[in-house]
Amino acid sequence: MKGILSNPLLAQGFWMPVKGSSMAGEVDWIFQFILWVALFFFVLVVGIMAVFVMRYRRRPGVEPEESPSHNTKLEIVWSVIPIILVMIMFYAGFKTYLGMETPPRSSHEVQVVGQKWQWTFIYPNGYSDPVLHLPIDEPVQLLMRSDDVIHSFFVPAFRVKKDVVPGRFTKAWFEPNLAGVFPVYCAEYCGTGHSDMTTAVVVHEPGGFEEWMATAANLYADLPPAEAGKMLYAAKGCTACHSIDGTKMVGPSFKSVFGKTETMKSGENITVDENYLRESIYNPQVKVLEGYEPVMPTYQGTINDEELGYIIEFIKSLAE
Amino acid sequence: MSNYLNHTSGWKSWVFTLDHKRIGIMYLVAILSSFLLGGIFAMLIRTELLSPGQTIMDADTYNRTFTLHGAIMIFLFIIPSIPAALGNFVLPVMLGAKDVAFPRLNLMSFWLYCFGAVFAVFSLVTKAVDTGWTFYTPYSTTTSASVISMTLGAVILGFSSIFTGLNFVVTIHKLRPKWMTFFKMPLFLWSLYATSIIQILATPVLGITLLLLIAERTMGIGIFDPGLGGDPVLYQHFFWFYSHPAVYIMILPAMGIVSELISVFSRKTIFGYRAIAYSSVAIALFGFFVWGHHMFTSGQSTLANMIFSLLTFSVSIPSAIKVFNWLATLYKGSISLAAPMLYALMFIFLFAIGGLTGLFLGTLATDVHLHDTYFVVAHFHYVMFGGTMIAFLGGLHYWWPKMFGKMYSEKLAALAAALIFVGFNMTFFTQFVMGTRGMPRRYYNYPEEFTTAHQISSIGSYIMGLGFVLIASYLVYSLMWGKKAPGNPWGAATLEWSHCPSPPPHDNFAEVPSQDTDPYDYSIVKYDEESDSYHLA
Repeated sequence: MKGILSNPLLAQGFWMPVKGSSMAGEVDWIFQFILWVALFFFVLVVGIMAVFVMRYRRRPGVEPEESPSHNTKLEIVWSVIPIILVMIMFYAGFKTYLGMETPPRSSHEVQVVGQKWQWTFIYPNGYSDPVLHLPIDEPVQLLMRSDDVIHSFFVPAFRVKKDVVPGRFTKAWFEPNLAGVFPVYCAEYCGTGHSDMTTAVVVHEPGGFEEWMATAANLYADLPPAEAGKMLYAAKGCTACHSIDGTKMVGPSFKSVFGKTETMKSGENITVDENYLRESIYNPQVKVLEGYEPVMPTYQGTINDEELGYIIEFIKSLAE
Repeated sequence: MSNYLNHTSGWKSWVFTLDHKRIGIMYLVAILSSFLLGGIFAMLIRTELLSPGQTIMDADTYNRTFTLHGAIMIFLFIIPSIPAALGNFVLPVMLGAKDVAFPRLNLMSFWLYCFGAVFAVFSLVTKAVDTGWTFYTPYSTTTSASVISMTLGAVILGFSSIFTGLNFVVTIHKLRPKWMTFFKMPLFLWSLYATSIIQILATPVLGITLLLLIAERTMGIGIFDPGLGGDPVLYQHFFWFYSHPAVYIMILPAMGIVSELISVFSRKTIFGYRAIAYSSVAIALFGFFVWGHHMFTSGQSTLANMIFSLLTFSVSIPSAIKVFNWLATLYKGSISLAAPMLYALMFIFLFAIGGLTGLFLGTLATDVHLHDTYFVVAHFHYVMFGGTMIAFLGGLHYWWPKMFGKMYSEKLAALAAALIFVGFNMTFFTQFVMGTRGMPRRYYNYPEEFTTAHQISSIGSYIMGLGFVLIASYLVYSLMWGKKAPGNPWGAATLEWSHCPSPPPHDNFAEVPSQDTDPYDYSIVKYDEESDSYHLA
């Protein structure tokens, strides 16, 4: 992931990152407009201040010259000009924002699930992946939901950000127009792993997306089950809480857990077998290991039966 | 000579004092202690961010650290800083009054603040709160951190702030001398008046939020929790309905101080007195209708976003008017660069950046990209630190001789101001650049391309820290060995300088000043070389 995030494309421009979507140009134009207005007023204010401070420095025995205590004309001028300028900013910002909120009818839909601390992208064919793959020059609409707390889907290169809120769907759309790999961040604070809730969006050249999808969707069928399970272990985000080297993280390590007899919070002793693992993935709050908190969300609907089988094979392969 | 400091002695004479000046000093000590604590956490944050991944602490500790920094600085330091500490000391004297209208309520407000502060810090630490100072649901209700005890802490502190606000409003209405109309009041009082109105009207919303949280927790009524059918975004509305006006509680008194300083140190009547006074009221009023601009990406409706964006720009105009009026006041003045004035000029410089960068955030299209990035962090610190903190330092240096009757070293004060100016810009200007390039806020770990910027930012914060150590040193030194301060070293024409010795006597004035004076007419005070002070002409 480090390699993806330090994408050299990002070095473009002093302020804004590389423009990767159809909206980016318009947003940057407004940014530049405000920047120049702000620079003008900043130089004006600080310049006048500096000149006055030098010109009218206190000299012993010299009283200040007479000057007016107010000037209605001047005061109206310096109130009206800023009003006009900010109204232009407001209008331009709102107009572009309307476009950012109105997806074209031809948009493809990808479902996004945010959960502590990973993103899952579900394609119309049911295939899910932790990295967002998209074809270039085609509008896409994200239908987003959260399984736990509020997250926020943020792609700087696309100038897109939208909160992902539990209990409702939120939507975002954009049209990527530059092939490449761009970082995706979670922008709403969500706890321990917030700053690692990052992934990438891969924008494919024409034809590349279809090719990728064809291999990706059949990925696991050609592999030994434990190998497929290992890939799913990473893809489904198990890595965030479960180690495979025995290190205790938020959840128990997968290393040599299979076949062992463990003590539950309830005091009950249970031998870890296939059915226990299945229950722990689909209904994780029911039987919690002593020494751990019941914080794992359910994966019912995120991991299907076939995938579950592979993951269990993988955990079995880690037994001694 | 008898003054309020040696009028009575013993610890009880302080703990149970009804003297607004002693309460002001106790507030000053309390808020400066809070600032020290919040500042230490700031240094820890910047040190952790010297490199991506773990530098000195793990992710959970980092999350608790930025929560402590934010909550302490906002609720324990910035909100009460100028009104409760400087305002308490100065307001009655500026008005020509002997005390505030309700001295006992004033004392209660102070002790309530202390209790609330201890309660808040205690629950932050013992419950290991890691939610950030915004306590957003449902994160804050699903972790071990208790949003209820934190809101309770904020409510206790809120009552302290309501009491101070109430006291100031009544004092300004009832205790002015007959000749002092509203338009003959110093502008600092106008700003404190506007601030008090916001404190009284906005703070109760915190109490309502607390009741709703308790109802949800104890009776299972779904209000904020989506699991019970509630809406987590509703919490954000409640939170910002208080916390956005609270931003104006923080900045308005700072603008009031700057209005005083610019005028006094230019020996010029303030330009556009009425415009400045009315703009304080306008900011206080408009400030209530812009809370939604914190939620442009929350899924709030497009219509609501449009209205909040429009209203947000309306607040920018009165702020701009104030800046132009201050500049016009400098014109043809006799400008002295004493320490308080250095801070006033620094305020204009930094607040200009803070205000102008707000334009990017009020504009919908650009806010979507910048929201929740370091750009917001930088903007916020330019307004709150570059604005309020710098004005507080200006006010502290301005009224210090009045409070303690001692002068500090001007040379060291200028050096400290320079350190803070350089350190502050290093720390926070880099954050604007990181923000536009996409660095999200509240990130423990970050992409390697941001390392250099983070390191410059951290070094800047150390330089700033050095500036504060220097200020603390020469101020404490001045208390012990400083030169005795004359009654009116700056040549100000407001009553606390023109009619009252330094430090003030227990009752402020032997007689209430009966003469009609203009707070910005400097012809009434003349410099006397022998005493190095100004006296009534």
